Amino acid sequence: MSDWERSSTARVTAPARPRKLAKVPFVELADGRLQGVVSSGSDIGRVYVSSVAAGSYTFACSTNNNRPCGGARGAFCNHIRALIGEAVLQYGAERVARCLKAETEAAAPDGEPTAQSITAVMSAARPPQGDTAAAAPVFSRFLRHLAYLELAPSTEPLPEMQWFPSAGAAA
Amino acid sequence: MVPLGGGGGLMRADSLTATIDGLDETLAAVDAFDLALEAGLLRPRPDRAEGLTGLAHAVAGTPLAARVAEAAGKAVAGAATEDHFLALAAARAALLGSAHDALTARVEEATGRPRGEESAPAHGERQAANLHTAARSWLCDLARRGWRGIDHDVVAGAARIVSAMLADPALRRPATLLDGFAAELAASCPGASLARVPARRWADLWTRAMLLTLPGASGTPTAETATGRLLPLGVDLQEHATAVQAQVHAVFEPADGSAPRLVRASVSAPKPDTVVGAGLWQLLRPHMSLLTALGEGRSMDLADMPLAGGDLIWSDEHARPGEPADPFATARVALATAADPATAPLDRHPARIAVPVFLEGYTVRKDDGALTFTVAGHPLAVDADRVPAAGPLTPQAIAGSAACIGLLRWDAGAYRVQPLAVETIVRKKAVAVHAGAWAGGTADKAGVRAEKAATDALAALRERAGRLLRK
Repeated sequence: MSDWERSSTARVTAPARPRKLAKVPFVELADGRLQGVVSSGSDIGRVYVSSVAAGSYTFACSTNNNRPCGGARGAFCNHIRALIGEAVLQYGAERVARCLKAETEAAAPDGEPTAQSITAVMSAARPPQGDTAAAAPVFSRFLRHLAYLELAPSTEPLPEMQWFPSAGAAA
Repeated sequence: MVPLGGGGGLMRADSLTATIDGLDETLAAVDAFDLALEAGLLRPRPDRAEGLTGLAHAVAGTPLAARVAEAAGKAVAGAATEDHFLALAAARAALLGSAHDALTARVEEATGRPRGEESAPAHGERQAANLHTAARSWLCDLARRGWRGIDHDVVAGAARIVSAMLADPALRRPATLLDGFAAELAASCPGASLARVPARRWADLWTRAMLLTLPGASGTPTAETATGRLLPLGVDLQEHATAVQAQVHAVFEPADGSAPRLVRASVSAPKPDTVVGAGLWQLLRPHMSLLTALGEGRSMDLADMPLAGGDLIWSDEHARPGEPADPFATARVALATAADPATAPLDRHPARIAVPVFLEGYTVRKDDGALTFTVAGHPLAVDADRVPAAGPLTPQAIAGSAACIGLLRWDAGAYRVQPLAVETIVRKKAVAVHAGAWAGGTADKAGVRAEKAATDALAALRERAGRLLRK
């Protein structure tokens, strides 16, 4: 076993990188998809739930009330483009490309993946439009995510957090 | 050469490099079990029999012997029940507990400080039997699958348990552990395609979670109260995607003139994964005035603050800001005579070792970006990775340092030091740089920018929460 395998504090996931949250308050790489929530530019009470599936790039975009997004007809809408851009800021382009199985090397052999190259590779594959079945669970995960802000802080020690050192300087 | 031991709170580094009898054998038994857990215990595992029975042999002379021997046998046959998994977890925890004790004894030799008294065991914890049962059942599923067998479906089983536990402040400990553990597993699915598995780490988290499902396991020890002066040394920040904890390490001088002791004060909060960097300080700051005092270089005067073992259970109403107190003066003068608190029985694990030390007169070596202090001829690895992002302490500052307040830790076979603060020479003047300098806020230019970005991010989330959550 290597030192990493025998380390109690081995780094498994990198922490999210800081980014602005006004436009895309929620992004996650989960359930074999890049998915998240994009705030409407015109109506502050409305949000879009957008997703792109790994491998097939099947995309979907609808409001939280399950109305279809007018922009997502036959091709990625601006919400999905914004979602990819913010995912790259939060997780790094390499991790987003790997999770989506977007092979940007073919498009730019020397270059590191970028939000543009990931979007371009997936668009060029003429991905199918999927149904919006995942919108409700993604939206409820977003609400659960927001609900963490409502939980009270505590001054009772949590000894288990010793296993989760801050990864600041490594980021 | 640096004078060994004695004056100025300096550390005897030679104690940290000597071999410890039985440590390698103990950890080998742990590793063999961890490999069995990686493979999974759903089906008969004659190939892992040695690892499982090895764990039983390692605890053969203890009160656990019979139960663990039976559990190991059942696990080899692919027929382990929840009680058997609990027995295996207990055996693994006992072995690492003994490793903790041996490693801590060496740390005591190195620091030359007195050890504090054991505090009374925990009791009086309220039960939440259903959630504990659900958590244990999920953990046993994991053990049967093995890390190589996990997928999104099995990992997702933790979500509803965590949500329910988070709603109950008394269950914050298991909730926070399971939440961080499950997020890590989810990011690693499917297990079958993992290039490598953090076997020790995940077995640690699994073991702790199993034990926390037992009645009384997560209770806090009986509290006394603390009245006197609190001299901060520095702050250790811990975080996973959805939780953060800051622990201030400090010397407490009781007002009644009794011996000074080392204590910790903790503040933690659940958080959305997008709250990072300076946002972590912003979440915690309003709940512990000690973070501000630390940033300002002040002591605090405590009156009847609850104290459980080495942990102050902080409440701002029992504290007020005191005189200015330089952490380096505290480290040089007060640290050497302060007693280290005894660790609660269930917390005995090498990863839990975090002992304040003061180092001076070392040389710094840099290989491939990894820093090593050579203290009195003995190398000591520097864990610069643990320094929080939102602060002025950088690997460069550590590399150029002449004195260091740090936490002595042990992981992956070696002691290491996590810097909390360093003194460097800038234009022939000693300048102190603290990892927690921004904990209470900052006027530093980079710090102000980080604070502004974090304020905007939190405001955006709170706006969304206000608009969308209560509909």
